[in-house]
Amino acid sequence: MFAAPTNTPRTTPITPNTPWLGRSVERPEDAALLTGSQRFMDDLGAPPGTLHAAFVRSPHPHARIVKIDTAQALQCPGVHAVITGAAIAAFSRPFVVGVKAPMEHRSVAVDHVRYQGEPVAIVLGDTPYTAEDGMALVDVTYEPLTAIVDPQDAMDDGAVLLHHEVGSNVVADRHFRYGDPESAFASAAHTISIDICYPRNSVTPIECYGLVAEFHSGSESYEVTSNFQGPFALHPVMALALKIPANRLRLKSPPASGGSFGTKQGVFPYIVACCVASRIAGRPVKWIEDRLEHLMAATSATNRVTMLRAAVEADGRITALDWDQIDDCGAYLRAPEPATIYRMHGNMTGAYDIRHLAIRNRNVLTNKTPSGLVRGFGGPQVYFALERLIQKMALQLGREPLEIIRKNLIAADDFPYRTASGGLYDSGNYQAALQLAEDDDRIERLQQRQREVRAVGGLYGIGMAAIVEPSISNMGYITTVLTAEERAAAGPKGGAVATASVSIDALGSISAHISSVPQGQGHETVIAQVVADGLGLTPDTITVNTELDTGRDAWSVASGNYSSRFAGAVAGAAKMATDRLRSRLADIAAAHFDCDNTDITFADGTIGATGSAIKSMPFRRLGATSHWAQSTLPQGMEPVIRETVFWSPDVLAPPNATDEINSSAAHGFVFDVCGVEIDRDTGRVRVDQYVTVHDAGTLLHPAMADGQVRGGFSNALGATLYEHFSYGADGSFQSGTFADYTVPTAAEVPDIEILHVQTPSPITPLGAKGIGEGNCMSTPVCIANAVADALGREDIELPLTPSRMFELLDNQEPPKPVASGNGLERPTLRRADYTVTGHGETHVPVAPETIWPQFFDVQAIQSIVPGCQSIEEVDPYHFKGQVNLGVGIVKGLFDADVRMEDVVEPKSLCLIGTANGPLGSSNGEAVVVLIPDETGTRIRYSYGINLSGKAAAIGGRMIGGATKILINEFFRRLAARVAPEHTEPSTLLIKVPDSIQKLWRSICALVQGGRS
Amino acid sequence: MPILSAGQRHKITVTLNGEERTGHAEPRMLLSDFLRHELGATGTHVGCEHGVCGACTIKLDGQPTRSCLTLAVQVDGSQLETVEGLGASDGSLGVLQDCFRRHFALQCGFCTAGILMSLDTYLRDQPNAGEDDLRALLSGHICRCTGYTPIIAAALEAAEILRARELQPEQRGPDV
Ligand code: FES
Ligand code: FES
Repeated sequence: MFAAPTNTPRTTPITPNTPWLGRSVERPEDAALLTGSQRFMDDLGAPPGTLHAAFVRSPHPHARIVKIDTAQALQCPGVHAVITGAAIAAFSRPFVVGVKAPMEHRSVAVDHVRYQGEPVAIVLGDTPYTAEDGMALVDVTYEPLTAIVDPQDAMDDGAVLLHHEVGSNVVADRHFRYGDPESAFASAAHTISIDICYPRNSVTPIECYGLVAEFHSGSESYEVTSNFQGPFALHPVMALALKIPANRLRLKSPPASGGSFGTKQGVFPYIVACCVASRIAGRPVKWIEDRLEHLMAATSATNRVTMLRAAVEADGRITALDWDQIDDCGAYLRAPEPATIYRMHGNMTGAYDIRHLAIRNRNVLTNKTPSGLVRGFGGPQVYFALERLIQKMALQLGREPLEIIRKNLIAADDFPYRTASGGLYDSGNYQAALQLAEDDDRIERLQQRQREVRAVGGLYGIGMAAIVEPSISNMGYITTVLTAEERAAAGPKGGAVATASVSIDALGSISAHISSVPQGQGHETVIAQVVADGLGLTPDTITVNTELDTGRDAWSVASGNYSSRFAGAVAGAAKMATDRLRSRLADIAAAHFDCDNTDITFADGTIGATGSAIKSMPFRRLGATSHWAQSTLPQGMEPVIRETVFWSPDVLAPPNATDEINSSAAHGFVFDVCGVEIDRDTGRVRVDQYVTVHDAGTLLHPAMADGQVRGGFSNALGATLYEHFSYGADGSFQSGTFADYTVPTAAEVPDIEILHVQTPSPITPLGAKGIGEGNCMSTPVCIANAVADALGREDIELPLTPSRMFELLDNQEPPKPVASGNGLERPTLRRADYTVTGHGETHVPVAPETIWPQFFDVQAIQSIVPGCQSIEEVDPYHFKGQVNLGVGIVKGLFDADVRMEDVVEPKSLCLIGTANGPLGSSNGEAVVVLIPDETGTRIRYSYGINLSGKAAAIGGRMIGGATKILINEFFRRLAARVAPEHTEPSTLLIKVPDSIQKLWRSICALVQGGRS
Repeated sequence: MPILSAGQRHKITVTLNGEERTGHAEPRMLLSDFLRHELGATGTHVGCEHGVCGACTIKLDGQPTRSCLTLAVQVDGSQLETVEGLGASDGSLGVLQDCFRRHFALQCGFCTAGILMSLDTYLRDQPNAGEDDLRALLSGHICRCTGYTPIIAAALEAAEILRARELQPEQRGPDV
C-alpha cells in the first residue's frame, strides 16, 4: 500500500512571518531538469577542434606491459594520436600518497598494470566512435602476473608484491590505544567477538565521468571542465602531478551533475591524463566515460575484513572495544585514501559510552580498482561490525538487542560528549530517538507480525541498528595514519573551510554563490531560503550559482560535495555572508533614515526603520546604492556589493600527540528497526517494514531531507541485497554491466517510515547536521541483523542475494538426474579452477575414424570453428589463428593459439588454448572423447575457460551461455562436415556475433524481468 | 531495407516533437547519440548504453524505446518524442512534470527524462494504473537518488489529474 506523504507535515501554520527555512518549498532547479533544458557535462559542447579520448585499458588484473604497438591504430581513419603512459609520464609525475611509502601511481600506467581496467594508453579521435576504433587496434603485449584478490592473502609473507618499491602490500599499519583496554578486557565478565567481511560495492551515479581538458600553451596552464565534485584538496594533488603551480590549473564544473554519491571524486586521475593528452596533441580533449569503464575501473568503496572484540559486563554494559581492521584499498592508495578507514576514527565507539578502546588499522593493496569516496564513506564497514556485534551480544547474554543498545547509549545530558578516540559529539538525544521508534507500538507490531509468520512456519526476523552519522570532515583526519612524529614533521592539518558569497547587483537583486558542487541535492533551493530569510525577500527572487571555477571563485581545500557538509557548513556560511550583508545594508539604511542601525528591519522586499511607517524603501533601491551613489554612503564606508565568508568550525583541530582526533564537526544519530520476511524456496529477502529515525539537528528543508533519507536507504538496500563488485579468484572483474552489477529498481525498493528528532548542533551556524549518509551506514547492518534473527545464524555476509540466501538456508539443490545409457562419465578436465565450465554430447552417424582427421585438418577447422577468420598449422598438434567473436556490446578479433595433448587416436584428445583480443584474454581446455556405438559415434566433451578483460566483466552468466552456443555449433558443424545429410541446420540465425547479441538482449530482458 | 555502407554518413529525417528535423549518421550511430549530438536534443540522457538503466527512453512512433539500443538509421521517417516535447505548448510544465516537481520526484534529474517518457506513455495507455503497476513499469528504470517513492507518488497524482481531465473534456488543458 502506498502510504507516504512526500512532505513531512508541518505542525505550525505558515504565516507571513514564518521563515522560509524549514519549509519544503519547490525547487528552482527542477523546471530546467524536467524539460530537458539543463546542461550536464556531455551537453556542454566543446571548443572547436576538440578531440575525443578513448582509454586503452588492461584486460589483466596484474601484468607487466611488454610492448605497445600503436602502428595499426594510427592508420585508422579519424584517429589523431595514440598516447602511451610513457608519453604522459614525460609531462607529469606520480600522484602524492597519504602515507610514507614510495608507491608510484600514475594517471596512465607505465610498464606495470595492477588492476583490470587500468589505463595504458589514450587514443584521440575526431569522434568518440573513431577513438574507439583506434582503441581496438592498439596492440599491447602483456606478461600476466599472479593477481592478489583477498586482502588477507596480500598480507602473507611471500605474497606477490603489487609495488616492489614499497616492499609490502601493507602500506600502513597503525595501532591505537585509548583509555585502558587491556584492564577492561582482563576484568570483563564476557569477551564477545565477531569477524566480518564487508564486500566491495559503490553507489553508481547514472551519469558517468566526463571532462573537457585544454592546455593553454601561452600561459602553460590547463583549463578543465569536469563533473569532479571535490574534495578540492585534490586540486593540489592534480597540480603537483601536472608539475605546475596550482594557479595554472583552472577547474570548472558544469551547471548540473547527474549524481555522484562521492564517486566523482575519482575522475581526478583522468583529468590529469587528459590535460597531458591535450598538451601533447595541441588540441582540447574531451572524454565521456562509459558504463563498463565506470563499473570496472572508476572507483569502489573499500572491502574490509574486521575482527572486533568487546569487553562486556554481566549486565550487558560494554567497557572496551578492540578493533582489528584490514581495509582493501585496491591497487593504489589513491588520494584521499587512507581516508575510508580514518573518517570514522573519532566515532569508533559508535553511539555508545565506551571509554576504553584499542584499534589496529591496516591498509592493504590488492589487484582491484582503487577505492575512494562512496556515500557513507567508511561508515558501513564500521557499523556492520559494531551493530552485528551488539546483536550477537544480546543473543549470547539472553537479552533483547534494544536493551543492550539502551544500556550503552550515551546519555542525553552528556553532550557535548568526547569519545575515547577524540571525537566531539556536538548534540543529541539518542533515547528520544529510540522512544520515537517505539511509539505507536511500532516495535510491538513488528514482534506481533513475527509471531504470526513464525506460527505458520515462515521466516521473519527483526533487526536494529543505532549509529552516529558524522558530517563535515576534518581535513586533518587522514593524517591520523601518520605517527605523531611524522605529523609534526609534515606540519599540522585540520579544519574544513566552507565558503559562500552573497552579492547585490546594480538593480538591487541578490545573487549567491557557494563552492559546494551539488549533484542534485537542491543546494540552490536551500541557499535561496537562507538568503531570503536574512534579507526579507522571497526565495524566488534570489539567484543561486553552484558552479565552481577555481580560477575565479572563492574556494578552499574543503570545497566540494562530500561528508554531508552542505547543511551544516555551506548553508551556514551562506547565512553568515547574508548576515554580514544585512548588517552593512542596515548601516546604509540607518544613515539614510537617520536612526540607529538596530532599528532597521528587512521584510517583504523593503528595508525600513521600526516605529515609522513612512521610513521604508524598496530593498532593491537601497540595496543598489553602493553601485550608483557612493556619495550617499555613510562617511568612510566601503561600497556594499559582495560579502564572502570563509567559515571553518573551530572544533576541527589536527590529531593530537596521543592520536585523538575529532574527525567530523557534526554528529547526527540514526536509529533503524526493520522486519524482514524470507522466502524459504527462493531465498528472497523482503523488507516488510522499515522505520528510520533521524536526528540531523535543525532540518532546513524537510522534504529534501526525507529525499536524502530515501535515496540513502535505496542505495543501502542495493548494497545489502544485490550490488557487488565481483572478482574471480584470478582477479578478473565480473560486474561490468547493470545486468551484472544489479541496482535496485522501484520494484525492489519498499517505502519506509521516516521520523525525525531535532537536537540542533551548537557547532554549525544553522544548527543543521548531515543526513544523506546515515542510512548507508545503518541499513545494511539493520537488515543483516534481521536476517540473522530470522535464520538464527551468525555468518551473514553481504550482499544477501538469493544464491547466498540459498546457502544460508542450507537448501540442498535437488539431485541432478543421473545420466542413463552406457554409464560413461563425462570427460574430466585437467584443472578444476575454471570460471566457465560445461559439457555436452552429440551423435554423428559415422565411425570415429572418419571424424578423427577433421581435428587435424586446417581447412576443416577453419570451416568448423564459428567465426574463424584464418588458421595456420605450427606443427601437427599446434595451430594458430584469428577468430571473430562478440558478446553484445563488445566484439572483436581474437588471436587464438591451440595445442593438442593426450592424443589417443581415434579415441580422445585434449585441446589447450589461449585467445587474446580486445575482448580480453582467455585460456582454457576442452577434452573430447569419441565413443563408437552401433550407429556411429558419440562425441562427448567437457570444457573449461578462464576469462579476463571485458569478456569477464560483462558477466560469467552470459559468457557461459554464449560459450555453450559456440561449442554446440562447433560440434554441429563437425557433424555436418562428416555426415551432411544427417545434420540439423544451424540454430544460429545469422552469423555468430549477432546471435550472441540476441542472446545478450534476451538475457537483459530476463534480468529486467517484465520491465518495459 | 536499403543496403547502407558502413563508412558513410546517411541522411536521416525524423519528426522530433512535431518538427521535421534532418541529420546525418553512420549506420553504427546510436539513436541516443544522433538525438543528442546530431540534432542537439540533449534532454535525453545516456546512463549505460546497454539497455538496462532506462535513462535514454524516448517515444518512437508512440512507443517507449531505448534510444541506446536503436540505431539512428533505423528511424528514418519516424515520429520521435523526447522530454523536450513534454511541456505544455505555452512553455509551462505538463501535468506529469508538474507532479514530479511538487513531489520532489527528482534530485539530480539525470534519470528523469527517461522515466517521464515511460510514464507518459503508460498513463496514456493505462489511465487507471495503480502503485503496483507503476512499480512494475518503473522496474525498467534506475534512479539512484530518490528511492522511487516520490516518483510513484507523483505518477499516481498525475494519473488522477489526467483522469479528472478526461471526464471534463471542455476543461482539458494542453497535453501532458
Ligand atoms: S542508456 Fe539506454 S538504457 Fe541505459
Ligand atoms: S534523480 Fe538522480 S538518478 Fe534519478
